[in-house]
Amino acid sequence: MNEDMNRKTRNFILNCLALAALVAFLLWAPGNLDRYKLRIINLIAINAILGLSLNLIYGMTGMFSLGHAGFMAIGAYVSSLLILTAEQKTSMWILEPIAPWLLNLHAPFLVSLIAAGLAAAFFGWLIALPVLRLGGDYLGIATLGFAEILRILIVNLTPLTNGSLGLKGIPAHTDIWMSYGCLVAVLIFMIRLMNGNFGNVLRAVRDDEIAARTMGIDTFRTRVLAFTIGSFGGGLGGALMGNLITAIDPKMFMIAQTYSLLMIVVVGGLGSITGSVIGSVLITTMLEWLRIVEDPITIGSLHIPGIPGMRMVIFSMLLIAVIIFRREGIMGTREFSWDWFFPKKTKQRPISERPVSDTKGADAG
Amino acid sequence: MSLNMFIQHFINALGLGSLYGLIAIGYTMVYGILRLINFAHGDIFMLGAYFVYFATIHFKLPWGVGVVLAIAGATLCGLLVDRIAYRPLRSAPRISALISAIGVSFFLENLATVVFTGMPRAVVQPPWLMHPIPVRGIRLIPLGLMVPVISFLLVAGLLWIVYRTKPGLGMRAISFDIETTRLMGVSVDKIIALTFALGSALAALAGIMWALRYPRVEPFMGVFPGVKAFIAAVFGGVGSIPGAMIGGLALGFVEIMSIAFFPTLSGYKDAFAFVLLIVILLVRPTGLMGEKLEEKI
Amino acid sequence: MNASHSAEARKPVLRIRELTLRFGGLIAVNNLSIDVAGGSIVGLIGPNGAGKTTVFNVITGFYRPSEGSVEFMGQQLTGLPPHRVCMAGVSRTFQNIRLFQNETVLQNVMIGSYVRQRGTWWQNLVPFLFPAAAREEREIRDDAMKLLERLGLAEQADARASSLPYGAQRRLEIARALATRPKFLLLDEPAAGMNPQESEELLNFIRRLRDEFALTILLIEHDMKVVMGVCEHIQVMDRGLLIADGSPEEIRANPRVIEAYLGQSAPEAGDEAGNGVGGFKAGDFKKEEIAHAGH
Repeated sequence: MNEDMNRKTRNFILNCLALAALVAFLLWAPGNLDRYKLRIINLIAINAILGLSLNLIYGMTGMFSLGHAGFMAIGAYVSSLLILTAEQKTSMWILEPIAPWLLNLHAPFLVSLIAAGLAAAFFGWLIALPVLRLGGDYLGIATLGFAEILRILIVNLTPLTNGSLGLKGIPAHTDIWMSYGCLVAVLIFMIRLMNGNFGNVLRAVRDDEIAARTMGIDTFRTRVLAFTIGSFGGGLGGALMGNLITAIDPKMFMIAQTYSLLMIVVVGGLGSITGSVIGSVLITTMLEWLRIVEDPITIGSLHIPGIPGMRMVIFSMLLIAVIIFRREGIMGTREFSWDWFFPKKTKQRPISERPVSDTKGADAG
Repeated sequence: MSLNMFIQHFINALGLGSLYGLIAIGYTMVYGILRLINFAHGDIFMLGAYFVYFATIHFKLPWGVGVVLAIAGATLCGLLVDRIAYRPLRSAPRISALISAIGVSFFLENLATVVFTGMPRAVVQPPWLMHPIPVRGIRLIPLGLMVPVISFLLVAGLLWIVYRTKPGLGMRAISFDIETTRLMGVSVDKIIALTFALGSALAALAGIMWALRYPRVEPFMGVFPGVKAFIAAVFGGVGSIPGAMIGGLALGFVEIMSIAFFPTLSGYKDAFAFVLLIVILLVRPTGLMGEKLEEKI
Repeated sequence: MNASHSAEARKPVLRIRELTLRFGGLIAVNNLSIDVAGGSIVGLIGPNGAGKTTVFNVITGFYRPSEGSVEFMGQQLTGLPPHRVCMAGVSRTFQNIRLFQNETVLQNVMIGSYVRQRGTWWQNLVPFLFPAAAREEREIRDDAMKLLERLGLAEQADARASSLPYGAQRRLEIARALATRPKFLLLDEPAAGMNPQESEELLNFIRRLRDEFALTILLIEHDMKVVMGVCEHIQVMDRGLLIADGSPEEIRANPRVIEAYLGQSAPEAGDEAGNGVGGFKAGDFKKEEIAHAGH
């Protein structure tokens, strides 16, 4: 028991240190990095949030969803519409006038973030009720269809969304404090969720539906719940993204957006929280770095024109390679643990209190 | 709406529907035997159209020769996709192959952007196919009539292959149980390759005719027809070839007729298919002609 | 010796009435009526394809019967979805073990406890606000551990379920079923794949389960030693029909049962079997056992 306590204290201290390091980095970064790098650092956090929420749906609960771009779109639009001022809105809607009730609707940024998540969660719940009765690939197509329907609605419902022109001049509320604050909150949420018994239940639903039902689990309700929570994350990420880029339009939320999230989750490891964070760092930086191949390069008198599309060619080849040669991604279903850095003294059991009579754990050392 | 207008729309819907049907057949055959949604199918369709464009515009080949070469080229691409991206994953969880399929689709679309650039390009339209023939006030375009006829002939041919030939028997056997079929000494990979070849050839042909209808090609032209054709396949019952054709026709009619009767809905045209999909899946998940698969407890 | 043996508990807890299940034209279960007395261990036997597992699937809500009803302790189970059947106090194991292979042994058992868990998922996100939920979560972990100790699996608590040897996997499946706090347990071929010594141990294990957890047990089994050794009452099915119902002695002597198992060659085999222990020789069922072990 003492051993267990020590380990807990140690891990708590290490967690605090890691958090302090993150805070130190966030204090240092704005003064020392240029805007482009800061933007990438922001994107890493936002993509991690999005990856985690997709991973909850797909990796942890086993629902193959291709609708995440749709939830992002809902989040981005809801948040932006709440933040933009009435003057901005009037000047932006040129094709058709904005819906009157929407014109003066206004909320502070944080409220708009929560509203964005809730709106996405509501739509997630709404779509989950019919489509989660389907299994496997049908679910993928149905959710993909849902995201497309949503995009078509955004293009056509001009009084609400300004149609294909999109929204511009969204205040850049997303700074690194905001994005990493949200990421830490989402991480704590995910870790607590997946380490609790409910996390076991989600994995059970993923691994064997029939056995899960026999164990008294209402698998349909559980799926709907996980899907709804995941949609909330999608909306939150979309809202942060909109406030980072400051302009949104329906084209941003095409299927390609979902594919890059899928890539993050698959490369990191389906079902691993750590994996999604690592995946986000890798994929986000790689996608930015690959922009080189699309930009024209001039070396001396030699002018190499950029190749549009090449970035995505390399990206998709990588996705195929990962799935063929390393299906489980970087982490598989494993999670990061501080124990990695410490030699195992005793065989630890993850139970809070072992019977006093049980001394085997201590003997084994 | 006048009768003439209606007939015009009817022929139009028949043409669009049979193109959906042709693409849907490729989906349904692959899904039927491998339980894999071949996301790259819509991109093979796109490649078929591009190959004709290149053969006729760049290499100045006659249109007919271009079509034959394009179908051959797209078929080869379909075979390569199976060989490189799907065959290594035969024993992997099905979802892995699905992600691989998404990767391939994304790859082909972007490769096309790199090679052909993202600019839409106009295609050569053979005059004898496009010149309207007025019949009692209705302008009949030969292409519009040819598409359904060719489609139905091809479906008949395909059904003959599946139900009357040895490879067809192999296909049906694999769809029941791939492992047992392998144990029976059937060369499973060859039969699967044949399935991909047939499906890709049909998709390429559909792509060529699609490009003539609209008349242009662009790298992402296969995305929507592809997804919609899959929906058509689901509607008809995945695994059933006549079902795919019926599903395609149904989708063609829904799209053309709803806009013909309610022109204000035209902005939502692409959403119909998805709404239809969700409705079918709720009402009859096995589609019109599909069979129910139950998990053994 | 035990409360479960009192006359009160001997009243039937599970009543299956005129149960029929048709798949298309095939009649899998035909007008079956079975009573299972509280606190008893009852065997459901019959040749392969007799419809035994189908009966289990109907009781546990996976199949909806075409006709007839299933009642458990006064509650209608007919038409209830599987998770509601579990809530009502009926749990089961599967013929071809269905553990959560990627989870640890402990997690498997904890998943079983979830059905009785009152704290919700969001309460456990903020344990300091909901101490009761947090305490419950700890108790579930501890109870699961205790259950594993009682079933001799505590040492492997952190091992992945798929890494356990076959016999331990079967025990874990039972442990997981017990975690749902059932009053009634359905065991689908618990001895499958076990060697003679293991199945000998299984006899005591099943009795212990019944006594210690105050259960009523209905089991499907092909190993006649196990069936005759542990069951107080036996129901025999053949081609969807109940063909015999009685004590092990009565079943041994029942010519219809012998005929069902041995098919056309019944007379001679019956004679031969007559020389065996109580009408059956273990050898008569060898073929069945081998067929099953292979699968």
